[in-house]
Amino acid sequence: MKLIVCISTLLSLIIFNPSSGFSESSEEKGLAIAQEDDKRDNGFKDFTASMVMVLKNRQGEESSRNIKNKTLEVENDGDKSLSIFERPRDVKGTALLNYTHKTGSDDQWLYLPALKRVKRISSANKSGSFMGSEFAFEDITSQEVEKYTYKWIRDEEYQNEKCFVFERYPAYKNSGYTRQVVWLDKKNYKVVRIEFYDRKNTSLKTLTQSNFKQYLGKYWYPGTMYMENHQTGKSTLITWKNYKFNNGLGEKDFNKNSLKRAR
Amino acid sequence: MPVFTSTFKNVLLGSTIFWFLFTTSIPHAHEFSGFVGADTRLFPNSALYSGQEDHSSSFVIQPEYYHEFESGSSFTFVPFYRLDSADKQRTHFDIREFSFLWLQNNFELRLGVRKVFWGTTEVLHLVDIINQTDLVENVDTEDKLGQPMLNISFSRNWGVWDLYWLPYFREKTFIGTGGRLRSSAIVETDLTQYESSAKKWHSDWALRYSHSFSDWDIGLSQFIGTSRDPSFIDGKNSDGTIVKIPRYEQIRQTSLDLSFVSGQWLWKGESLYRSGQGNDDYFAWTGGFEYTLARIWDSQMDLGVIGEWMFDTRGDNANTPFENDLAGGLRFSLNDAASTEALFSWTQDINSQARYLFLEARRRIGENLLLTTEFRAFLNQPSEDFLFEQRADEIINIELAYYF
Repeated sequence: MKLIVCISTLLSLIIFNPSSGFSESSEEKGLAIAQEDDKRDNGFKDFTASMVMVLKNRQGEESSRNIKNKTLEVENDGDKSLSIFERPRDVKGTALLNYTHKTGSDDQWLYLPALKRVKRISSANKSGSFMGSEFAFEDITSQEVEKYTYKWIRDEEYQNEKCFVFERYPAYKNSGYTRQVVWLDKKNYKVVRIEFYDRKNTSLKTLTQSNFKQYLGKYWYPGTMYMENHQTGKSTLITWKNYKFNNGLGEKDFNKNSLKRAR
Repeated sequence: MPVFTSTFKNVLLGSTIFWFLFTTSIPHAHEFSGFVGADTRLFPNSALYSGQEDHSSSFVIQPEYYHEFESGSSFTFVPFYRLDSADKQRTHFDIREFSFLWLQNNFELRLGVRKVFWGTTEVLHLVDIINQTDLVENVDTEDKLGQPMLNISFSRNWGVWDLYWLPYFREKTFIGTGGRLRSSAIVETDLTQYESSAKKWHSDWALRYSHSFSDWDIGLSQFIGTSRDPSFIDGKNSDGTIVKIPRYEQIRQTSLDLSFVSGQWLWKGESLYRSGQGNDDYFAWTGGFEYTLARIWDSQMDLGVIGEWMFDTRGDNANTPFENDLAGGLRFSLNDAASTEALFSWTQDINSQARYLFLEARRRIGENLLLTTEFRAFLNQPSEDFLFEQRADEIINIELAYYF
């Protein structure tokens, strides 16, 4: 009798719950990779860093933006971040406060220093350009597992690193993409390349990330992020500097009062 | 040759020290920034009043010094000066900011001359009251004079409380004889009257509670003190010229401002109840929406559509042009390297043919120059309308500013 129960349980597991081990579907494998990636990113608490963003058009003309960034990890929800613009000088002091949420839309406030005004802004337009760059808001806000569905495609070597190659499909509204193809290195879970496909599913942009450095003996962050738009010939190069962890930042550093005095 | 070498060494040493002093990234450092600019104002229609000119130019400078202490507390100093070719009143100096911020774990204390903004709407800033309007700068009322204050702010999970003590009153600036965008009789600030015997030294108070929760942002404020908007009395100045005399009354104002975000829609509203200004208490409100579309026409361009309604229970007696008006606007953000932006708006009086058109466009040139052009026109103003006397003052303003 026990044996029969055992066998039937086993059978039902195999038939009705194929994920339990024997044959993981591509979707499950993709999700598992994303979850592992997220797990490895957990626990950094906070960091500050500065970025220089160089915009280049088809003619090769360049224009740059300097932005300071503060990020706070929030347990069981998306990160909170504060971006403070330093250059160009006419937008100096402008700051963006962003509360990412795992599900639902993010909360965003913009501080306009000339008017001393804090303005709530709609975060629905995720496909909108960030500061005129080739990065959309959805590319630079915190990447939560819940924001996509996944599908593992293959494993392959990319720039001498063994990588998972998987696709992810935005699970939120108003994305500018149908899908993204992600190259993630198997050893350290660094995102080394993402190909973006627009709403018509044609190739739009490619992001390559390099000059990774390990922080706190655990977290791998890219030093450079290069986004190339294949449709317009424009590109944006982001260089990250001065990563600092454990600054003791808290919720009070990410509210409207701190937004008003952000420098 | 050795002389040259030693000089060279000194220069090298000097520049190394300079480099070390000024470019090492010290987190609590001195910061110097600001802008200088020049503008020209063109008035296509001939002036209606004697003394006015059809063209003017001006020069403006606003440097900013900022110092942050190791504790996070800071000091800010922002002086301002404008020199205008046509209007003596527009040539003016102001301290926009001279303030200390004392940052503590539980509160922030801000002492000195500062600027504070309250509100959510785009066309009319109804509830914004702490700072006086620097009207000679621009009729859009967005330029403000520095306000001396002591402000303590408590930020908690359930909201932010701000208490303001405003020990000194700033008079509104008014356009002088040579300037356009004024009424036929100029406002004579030498004859300014106050309801309070303390005049400019009346202590004004304000309390504000603001909070953000999910998709809502709300602000509830109480102001007790000298009205920033004067009432006007007809009179004569020492030359016997007919002038308007500003009179600042003691008011109490309770106001609410809120915004609610829902997808691409941003809903906003402001309302106030004021007593002490004139004989009757009154309500005023404004509200509407802003709808944003990203990447229109397969481009990088974002388009914002704005609609707002303004209402004031005083009707035509209101000392505002917006007693019952609708405004519609379009904001284009090209999201190009030059951050090109354009805003067009149309404000229509519901009770008359009066309308007000506004166009603003801006574009960065290189890394440091900003070119801004503005166009304003007051059309079909009936003789009883607030802006009737400015009916000839269509204006084109072109400004080039260097930001450093």
